[in-house]
Amino acid sequence: MDVGRHPKIRLLAYSEVEKVDGELGEFRVTIRKKARYVDENKCTGCGACAEKCPTPVRDEYNLGLAESKAIYRYFAQGIPSTYTIHAQYCRNFQPGKKCGVCSKICQAGAIDYKQQDQILEVEVGAVILATGYETFDARRIPEYGYGRLPNVITALELERFLSAGGPTHGHVYRPSDLALMAALPDLEKARQRARKGLEKFEKTFDRTSEEFFPLYESGELAGEDYDQWAEQVRAARKADGEFEGLRERVDKIETAHRLVFIQCVGSRDIRFNRYCSGFCCMHAIKEAIIAKEHDRQAEVFILGMDIRAVGKGFEEYRNRGGRESGIQYIRSRVAEVTEDADHNLTVWYEDTKERRVKQLAADLVVLSTACQPAASSKRMAELLNIEVNDFGFFKTPGYPPMDTTRPGIYVCGCAHSPMDIPESVAQASSAAARAAQVLSGSESACLAS
Amino acid sequence: MSGNGEMVVNPEAKEARIGVFVCHCGSNIAGLLDCVQLTEYAAGLPGVVYTKNNLYTCSESGIGEIKKAIGEHQLTRVVVASCSPRTHMPLFKSACDEAGLNPYLFEMANIRDQCSWVHMQQGEDAMVKARDLIRMAVAKASLLAPQKDIESSLVRKALVIGGGVTGLSAACTLADMGVEVVLAEREARLGGLLNRINRLAPGGEKASDVVEKLVSRVKGTPRIQTLLGAEVLSVGGVIGNYHVTLRNGEGKEIEETVGCILVATGAVPLKPEGMYGYDGKTVVTQIELEEMLRDGSFNARKVVMIQCAGSRVPEREYCSRICCLTAVKNALYIKEQNPEARVHILYRDIQMYGTENERMLWESRGKGVRYDVYDVNCPPVVKGNTVEVCQPLTGDVLEIPFDLLVLSTPLVARDDAAALANLMRIPVDQNRFFLEAHAKLRPLDFATDGIFLCGTARYPATVGEAQAQGFGAASRAATVLFKDKLISSALISRVTEHCDGCALCVDVCPYFAIKLEEYERDGRKVKRIVSDEILCKGCGVCAATCPKGGVEVNGFTLDQLKAQVDAALEAV
Repeated sequence: MDVGRHPKIRLLAYSEVEKVDGELGEFRVTIRKKARYVDENKCTGCGACAEKCPTPVRDEYNLGLAESKAIYRYFAQGIPSTYTIHAQYCRNFQPGKKCGVCSKICQAGAIDYKQQDQILEVEVGAVILATGYETFDARRIPEYGYGRLPNVITALELERFLSAGGPTHGHVYRPSDLALMAALPDLEKARQRARKGLEKFEKTFDRTSEEFFPLYESGELAGEDYDQWAEQVRAARKADGEFEGLRERVDKIETAHRLVFIQCVGSRDIRFNRYCSGFCCMHAIKEAIIAKEHDRQAEVFILGMDIRAVGKGFEEYRNRGGRESGIQYIRSRVAEVTEDADHNLTVWYEDTKERRVKQLAADLVVLSTACQPAASSKRMAELLNIEVNDFGFFKTPGYPPMDTTRPGIYVCGCAHSPMDIPESVAQASSAAARAAQVLSGSESACLAS
Repeated sequence: MSGNGEMVVNPEAKEARIGVFVCHCGSNIAGLLDCVQLTEYAAGLPGVVYTKNNLYTCSESGIGEIKKAIGEHQLTRVVVASCSPRTHMPLFKSACDEAGLNPYLFEMANIRDQCSWVHMQQGEDAMVKARDLIRMAVAKASLLAPQKDIESSLVRKALVIGGGVTGLSAACTLADMGVEVVLAEREARLGGLLNRINRLAPGGEKASDVVEKLVSRVKGTPRIQTLLGAEVLSVGGVIGNYHVTLRNGEGKEIEETVGCILVATGAVPLKPEGMYGYDGKTVVTQIELEEMLRDGSFNARKVVMIQCAGSRVPEREYCSRICCLTAVKNALYIKEQNPEARVHILYRDIQMYGTENERMLWESRGKGVRYDVYDVNCPPVVKGNTVEVCQPLTGDVLEIPFDLLVLSTPLVARDDAAALANLMRIPVDQNRFFLEAHAKLRPLDFATDGIFLCGTARYPATVGEAQAQGFGAASRAATVLFKDKLISSALISRVTEHCDGCALCVDVCPYFAIKLEEYERDGRKVKRIVSDEILCKGCGVCAATCPKGGVEVNGFTLDQLKAQVDAALEAV
């Protein structure tokens, strides 16, 4: 919000850097401002377009746990609040198809299907990289079952579950149960269709199906029409049974009460990333405390090697999590997660303190996935002619720690290395200071080692 | 309420010509509320001479409508019924300003966030509430008074307290940007804790080289005035103009006026008196080990290190962040000096967060450094030159002989931190580290404007982190210091003639903005309060505390609030 309103900040969202020429004090940056197909100056962010858009699309912000539309806003509080058309999904952009609903509905006249990418050139004295990170793809550890076992989710997915504005309004349901709930309306429809089929026969023969079927079974009524009716009765009974069966199961569904967090998924792991991702322990503790606030019955276990609570107030928070929320911290290494027919999970782990293999039942397993360099960071490094380090993060060889290998280019936050919010915020200020320093014309050569 | 029944009614109130703009906000409001009906309703309210319903009041055309109506209908008040003042108030206020209407004569009714959004399922009730909100805003608007923003001057100069790596970095950064800096260091020498450290992790730079570079740079910068052996005696004033009295090394008192103050006073390693047989010779702390490695006097062959010596215990609950990596770093230097030396680290959780730290841990394991977990309920016991540790599973006791035992003690707040905090009226936390304005989003700010925090005075940090924070705090200060003047809102407290100096408000003011003064009236000495217009944030605690209407907040005066409440109750 502050950024969006600041008179000295020109915000180029939905844009990518294509080229960087020049040097400290006089960089020329080429930026591609991608076509949104929505005029930023006209769009008021009202959302009428998305409401009426007929094309559902996987909601990336809610990690696929909800649906968005082909005209969308990544999340509600985004700045700018402009909507964007996803040309990949929008019917208007598919050969031989037409739509135009959003253009008709938009009262601001902001929709512009002919909008093109814009190439901008800007001159700047310094560049700050704050390109963030990506999370480790937990499918790479098949024994934990992510992507295969429905009730194994990531810590970021749980974040959406726990959010009051999220797809489950803050209730932590197991994905397998959500799937059951989602299937119920379909079965209801199938049942109604089957019922309708019966009505046709009942009208024709002026008899209820309940009266008809025993007579048919006893052989009193016979003939091709009756065979069809009987077939329909069987189908209707089956549809009824399926619906009732599922409804019974759905009625019994409760939120997940037993949560098991697995730490260091993809970090501190010789196969993937050797480093520690820094913030995941605290993230797990925070989610555990919130889960417990939502559900007093919740039992939470955090399975990890070390619990790294190194920031200000963190150790106190971890202790409070244990004391008040009953979080059980288990020093361990997890081997495998398995499920039974009802998707109830079992976590198999080695208790590394007692040096014994143990198991733990869980409704939901939450994977604390590693913080990784963004996939695009290599390309970005080439573009900027800077180096990345052994881990793939932008290299900062010495002091000050925001300086990359090229003068005038600074890095902060998780593009630098995994770090938590306060550290990122502090580092952002420090990168800004470095830029201000060089732009004031007195580069502190002495500070750089 | 006022006990004297003499609330002054704004003289302009009678002639108030109010314009009300009801916003559809697309489907956000109009999807639930009948905006046309609300507009008609507003037209019937007292003082309202103009109404308009807009699709988007915040759009260019909506803003144009406001400006046009102010001129054409001689509006003296503008009310917008739309979204949150947090996001849109500044925009609407500036529209009023541009049309020649004092921006403080603007009022907002939040019929979106507080109505159409939260009552999505209750259309009828929501309409009633929207009417209430508009009626209340109109009632208050008629009593609004014009105000003028408060402008104050500032001095483009900063005081940095503390000459360790953090303070040195902050001072250099500010000076490079063109700010005059007074750098006050308590000791006779710059460099702080770095003067005792051997080498830095993970790069291996000599701490002395890093200090030397920074110090020579500070000394070579004419814009930085360094005071060694200095002490801060008093701090007065406000952002832009802090008046500071310092004593320099020669005992001379120095007065300075600065725009901002940066607190970079650092922390000190805990001296573990009475812990694990600490004697400073065969049982030492990590910082003492650093000194031995630095001056070459280290020659032990069997080294045991105990982590969390004095931290993560009930009397000192926090984790000191850097002791694990200090231990691992020193273990590596011991191994480098003598690969045959045995190093055994006893720990609870090994806190090698991040990329480079974890790499050091791997490397040290590869070089044969041994690690064993101990349980806080069964801590290691030192018997002569042996450490005994419980093995949780077997219950066996592991006996590890040593010729040097190193205790990893935490960094603790300086003894004088509390006194400095008191002097500057800034808070400390339960561990006596300075407390920032917001743990996540404002880690380098204090709640008090113009005072900033960095380095281990905030919390233990590595040299790199401390330096980054020094830069960061300098950046935060620069956002203030490069303004031509400070402008703040006039919605602050104002003392009325009813104040009799009872001083109830003085203690409750969270910003220390209220003082008691004594003056003479009709030959008698009387008391009353004065509120500092820069320190005051307009929170209203004083007005709520005052039993006699002696202090009010502009834009939230008792008569304005009463009008709002009356309007709300009208329907009941």
